[in-house]
Amino acid sequence: MSTSAHSRRAWLREHSELGICVLLAALGVLVLVDAATIATDFTQRGPLGPRTVPNIVGVLLLVVSVLLARDVLRGGRGESETGEDVDLSAPSDWRTVLLLAAAFLANAALIDVIGFPLSGMILFWGSAYALGSRNTTRDPLVAAVLSVVTYVLFSRLLGVPLPGGPLMGVI
Amino acid sequence: MESLHLLLQGFATALTPMNLVWAAVGVLLGTAIGVLPGIGPAMAVALLLPVTYALEPTGAFIMFAGIYFGGMFGGSTTSILLNTPGESAAVVAAMEGNPMARKGRGAQALAAAAIGHFVGAIIGITLLTLLAPTVAEFAVDIGAPDYLSIMVLAFIAVTSVLGSSRIRGFAALLIGLTIGLIGLDEMTGQQRLTFGILHLADGIDVVIVAVGLFAIGESLWVAAHLRHSTGKPIPVGRPWLGADDLRRSWKAWLRGPLIGFPFGAIPAGGAEIPTFLSYVAEKRLSKNRDEFGKGAIEGVAGPEATSSASAAGTMVSMLTLGLPTTAVAAVMLAAFQQYGMQPGPLLFQRESDLVWALIASMFIGSVMLLVLNLPLAPLWAKLLQIPRPYLYAGILFFASVGAYAVSGSALDLLVLFVIGLIGFAMRRYGLPVLPAIIAVILGPAAEQQGRRALQISDGDPLGLINTPFSITVYAVVVLILLWPLLARLLPRRATPAQQGSGEPEPSEQDRAGG
Repeated sequence: MSTSAHSRRAWLREHSELGICVLLAALGVLVLVDAATIATDFTQRGPLGPRTVPNIVGVLLLVVSVLLARDVLRGGRGESETGEDVDLSAPSDWRTVLLLAAAFLANAALIDVIGFPLSGMILFWGSAYALGSRNTTRDPLVAAVLSVVTYVLFSRLLGVPLPGGPLMGVI
Repeated sequence: MESLHLLLQGFATALTPMNLVWAAVGVLLGTAIGVLPGIGPAMAVALLLPVTYALEPTGAFIMFAGIYFGGMFGGSTTSILLNTPGESAAVVAAMEGNPMARKGRGAQALAAAAIGHFVGAIIGITLLTLLAPTVAEFAVDIGAPDYLSIMVLAFIAVTSVLGSSRIRGFAALLIGLTIGLIGLDEMTGQQRLTFGILHLADGIDVVIVAVGLFAIGESLWVAAHLRHSTGKPIPVGRPWLGADDLRRSWKAWLRGPLIGFPFGAIPAGGAEIPTFLSYVAEKRLSKNRDEFGKGAIEGVAGPEATSSASAAGTMVSMLTLGLPTTAVAAVMLAAFQQYGMQPGPLLFQRESDLVWALIASMFIGSVMLLVLNLPLAPLWAKLLQIPRPYLYAGILFFASVGAYAVSGSALDLLVLFVIGLIGFAMRRYGLPVLPAIIAVILGPAAEQQGRRALQISDGDPLGLINTPFSITVYAVVVLILLWPLLARLLPRRATPAQQGSGEPEPSEQDRAGG
């Protein structure tokens, strides 16, 4: 019993790409359902209404998800992207990814509250920490200089306002 | 000779101090970015898209073009000194360049590459100057069905020619088309895929899509597989060439662009295929064939000249037809859209000053690259020492700044994150990013052109293929779809299992045949 459960998990791990097929199919259904809710009885100009293209895309999504599933079940595998800093021989390091995502989302949540200079600093320091940097003086210093300089550059020179937050209100 | 006159005017614009500064910023930034691992010219231009809010278009495009050409050169530096090509275009540079560097001939390899890029760029841009106005003039009368056919060609070509699996290319294309559907339908103003969220009614800004797919997706992907032992670049002095090296290189420099330019202009994946072809050609023609694989200078000179010429070829299709053939061109097209301009045949009429200043600045940028890169090469090599945590933290940082700047909304950062997750999954499962980004940028336009064409023909589907131009283009589309049969006769890296997954789309063939 436990071995069959084990082998099933191994099979799923081996065929995790089927998850992409599921996502593509779900996306296809979503697009088709959404298209079906568009009212077409008014404001239509020309022979094609706003529904046609979503319908085509939705159907093609379903077709591609089936074809991809067939390919995966026949042993086809997508080649993971390589790069200078990518080591595919090591297993996926989910801890780093989650920490990185946390740093990113912290900035998204805090930027309107504490302002960009602080939230950007959290983003940079947090990301560097997630990726393995542990220098407790240089990391925050680089982060602070980078976010303040960027804030000044964007707000003052490029004219793209970033929220200053309470800190910049004081200065 | 009218174009010569226009080009001289372009030089007058490009040689103003401010535009010279933008060209210099572009080539320096581009080279640095090409040298840096993990960040390529497409991501760099995507991260810089927010400058379109503040900069006037001429300066911005001069900078972007500099980044493109600079990135091509920078990528080969990494290949030669570190043997780890980050961009597909630089794979070939590592094959001979790295053995040369290991034999202590790194300086010569870098010089052969730098001069190769210069020669390739100059020849490529000259061809661009001569051909682009003619192509634009020829295409100036094209209508809605023709535009649609070009976009279909772009979709099919980038999914079919690139990468090893067509079905994954089509999956990526459809993901992009779906993202492009989000927002109000341009013709009727009805909401599609907005789920009643007001923020999505305007669609997802292409800056956010490009930054999400390239920058966030890449950073998360690298984070999951970060290589902890980074290789040490081979130390190198100032690049120079001896008389013997020059004698062996000059023909390769001149041959490369002839291969690179036409390949850059067609949607065949930019520099990857032509650099490889150039390498094979140089190997066949060389008198020192036994040196290949151990550091033959022809194998550096030819492919490097090819890659810069292909960048110029890419510009022809982008500027005259609005057809992006590489990721950089796609992001540059997005920049044109940010300015409310539509690249295509009319661009040469409507934005004549901008186009010719851009072309002139490419000549200037190429000279700058040569002058800067020969003495700066040892300095560029030092960039490879940058701590990886800082590099990727910086990418995430600037990606967030750029996305926030789009509309000053933290909600955009969440959208950016979701698109980044899509980019991550695509990298994990081998779905190419290029079809997705091209679909996001061209998808909405393709829908409008198709609907317009059918409006004109009053619903008759023949209205989509009633011009010689569109029939020709659809014939090419069919040829591309039949490509796998031909591809088996050529050396490809695809494994048999993946070739088996390439299924031609029957609907496309029907449409082209009907």
